[in-house]
Amino acid sequence: MNMSFKSQTFRIRKGLDIRLKGQAEKMDKIVHSKHVVVKPTDFHGLTPKVLVKEGESVKAGSVLFIDKYNPKIVFAAPVSGKVTQIERGDKRKVLAIHVEADELISYADMPNFQMGTRDEIIEKLLQTGLWAFMRQRPFDVIADPNTLPKALFVSAFDSSPLAPDFDYMVEKDAKYFQAGLDLLKQIVPVVHLSVHQKTTAPAFLQAQGVQIHTFEGPHPAGNVGTQIHHIDPINKGETAWVMGVQGVIAIGKAVLDKKYDVSRWIAITGEVEKPCYVKTIAGALMQDILAQNIDTAQYRVISGNALTGDQVGTKGYLGFYHHQVTVLLEGKEPKFVLTEGWLSLGLKRFSNSKLYPAAWFGNKTYQHDTNLNGEERAFVVTGELERVFPFDIYPMQILKSMMYQDLDEMEKLGIYEVAPEDFALCEYVCTSKINMQEIVRGALDLVQKECV
Amino acid sequence: MRQFLDNIKKPFEKGGKYERFFPLIDALDTFLYTPGHATHSGSHIRDAVDLKRTMFTVIVALLPALLFGMFNVGYQHFLAIGTSASHLDSFLYGATQVLPIVLVSYAAGLGVEFVFCIINRHAIQEGFLVSGLLIPMIMPIETPLWMIAIATAFAVLFAKEVFGGTGMNVFNVALIARAFLFFAYPTKMSGDKVWVALDGQNAVDGFTGATALGDLSALTAESSSDALLQVTAKYPLWDAFIGTIPGSIGETSKLCILIGAAILLLTRVASWKTMISFFFGGFLMSVLFTIWGANPYMQLAPWHQIMLGGFMFGGVFMITDPVSSAQTEQGKYIYGFLAGFLAILIRVFNPAYPEGVMMAILFMNAMAPMIDHYVIGANINKRLNRKKQA
Repeated sequence: MNMSFKSQTFRIRKGLDIRLKGQAEKMDKIVHSKHVVVKPTDFHGLTPKVLVKEGESVKAGSVLFIDKYNPKIVFAAPVSGKVTQIERGDKRKVLAIHVEADELISYADMPNFQMGTRDEIIEKLLQTGLWAFMRQRPFDVIADPNTLPKALFVSAFDSSPLAPDFDYMVEKDAKYFQAGLDLLKQIVPVVHLSVHQKTTAPAFLQAQGVQIHTFEGPHPAGNVGTQIHHIDPINKGETAWVMGVQGVIAIGKAVLDKKYDVSRWIAITGEVEKPCYVKTIAGALMQDILAQNIDTAQYRVISGNALTGDQVGTKGYLGFYHHQVTVLLEGKEPKFVLTEGWLSLGLKRFSNSKLYPAAWFGNKTYQHDTNLNGEERAFVVTGELERVFPFDIYPMQILKSMMYQDLDEMEKLGIYEVAPEDFALCEYVCTSKINMQEIVRGALDLVQKECV
Repeated sequence: MRQFLDNIKKPFEKGGKYERFFPLIDALDTFLYTPGHATHSGSHIRDAVDLKRTMFTVIVALLPALLFGMFNVGYQHFLAIGTSASHLDSFLYGATQVLPIVLVSYAAGLGVEFVFCIINRHAIQEGFLVSGLLIPMIMPIETPLWMIAIATAFAVLFAKEVFGGTGMNVFNVALIARAFLFFAYPTKMSGDKVWVALDGQNAVDGFTGATALGDLSALTAESSSDALLQVTAKYPLWDAFIGTIPGSIGETSKLCILIGAAILLLTRVASWKTMISFFFGGFLMSVLFTIWGANPYMQLAPWHQIMLGGFMFGGVFMITDPVSSAQTEQGKYIYGFLAGFLAILIRVFNPAYPEGVMMAILFMNAMAPMIDHYVIGANINKRLNRKKQA
């Protein structure tokens, strides 16, 4: 089936584009990080079993550790070199495996992906560590290779704050993207590729063998969860697989070049000297990527975007699934009531609430710090979450059911369709400053433990 | 300033001498400074809005009605004793009558709140700042201060704290305060003696002190429509709109209430769904009554009907309380509509409760969770059906 067709346009009306300063300019450079890590903590819920020892030499694509409870799922080294450290935290929890990169990267052998049945392809993806890119809904974890999903969903744009332009990033890897899709479409009934109304990249618009859907509207239109909900929502008992564009490209490289190559284009955004695009590798050191000194007492360095990323600091590393680095001003200073606090005019503060001028006037971008801008309060304001949550799900009610851990009610209200990131905007706008992503994550873990 | 605060805060912190009273100093501190708490989990950035600004906006929206209420208290007073006075004098007199009530309400309510915060070691929440101002505004001016204190304390204690504090109350706290007085001290909350401050002076001949609703409720026994004309001549539409008629302190000026409504709707602090459907419900009921027209009260023009009594005040400031209201967006339409509908129904059908708004809203407060239950049930069924079809 080598046909591609455009189906309907989905207009997302509920949502919010948070207008931050520091959009990456289309100017790119290449960063070689000498020091690269793989963090088991990037993969939620994983208990790793480490297969290498400190001092051992590895190739790019050699297995570093496996999932203790599902040993078929393996995780590979992004570069060749020497394992310098296996970093452990409390209770000897493995935090990161450090690899000192060789000057010239040598790659582990790659199986031939060109032919094989569905099971064989999945087997090969598992062996090579590329399976880690495949995630699933419900639960927002690495996909279970033994299930048959209803579809694979790929989002061809990112709408989160300061997100990179995928059109620009895919340009250089267009052939890999198509090669990845060609392989993936053999293991799922259908591949849904969601593009933005403004998408121009031929790699997306002319992708073969997939169903293309067009979305328009504010964030979270680019979140794959939003797209699944509008294209083909998940019912109880169903599974959908999801993969990022970077994952598809990495698989395409394995198919065409026979290399485990997780290098990628990322955007450096926010409070940096020169926001721009760089080519680097998953697990690269932030200091190398940023190429400037940042005072971490004053600035927060985030792997990922401002809504869902991880705070890593300059000594941290780029997360496995991340294609963006965000630097934000820390907000640890108290704000005086009349000048910057709750009674100020607030000309410099961004808000979705009509209580601040930002919600009334136009397109200005704002410098946004990490202050909570208030204290945690009872869940009293209604209607504000609904304005940024484009799901046919009651956000406040499902969150409450998660807070009092009523599994039955969570299921009825639609927990199988959501992931923590879907609630990031709700968390942003919440007047009562409730940590919603944490609540959703906890609830998903509970449901997974109790019901599956 | 910041340093000064940190210094006086020290004995209140953990291990300090006055550790138990930390909520008190914390309330002062967070009033002056948004704390330097940075996000630690989830979204790294958070909206600039907080509950303080939200609640403050409600207070700002209440101010026009409150200030006019002060003026009207004086205006009615001088009218009753037959003295002519300037507008300023009226306002100043009214202020001396109203401000003590406001102070007592805040003192009693916040007192109870503070005690509970200290016992529960919670931070003090902003909710009562609004309730504490609503309570005086829905009281007759002649309510004794001790009654205000008792009613407020009762409402905070039994309508709010026993349910778990801010955000957990089933009923609107301010309305519970009024309902408490209405049933505990009926003679002080209705009739002709309480709506105008006489201050011990003699009223002029012909002064009745009655409110429009009191006069109207007498009409249910009448049959000639002349009786209605007499009442409407006494409370013309324009006076009812501007607010120069007797009534509870904050409810008389519909103009000022509409200014407040505009503030609440433009800032999206109150839900327009609730508010509009409340007015629609009340208006529809009034229209139905005029069509029926069994007694002169029913024949009152719908626009005049909703201009009288506490209907407007309830529709703007009471029904929109997000905690006691329906919380689903569709539920808000049903909730508001029924409350407005019932308010006029009770008002016209039951002469013992000339003010139906209070009853209607409290009743709908109790019904709100059920409305939500069915609205959410529809969503759940939709999800189940989708699965069956798949």
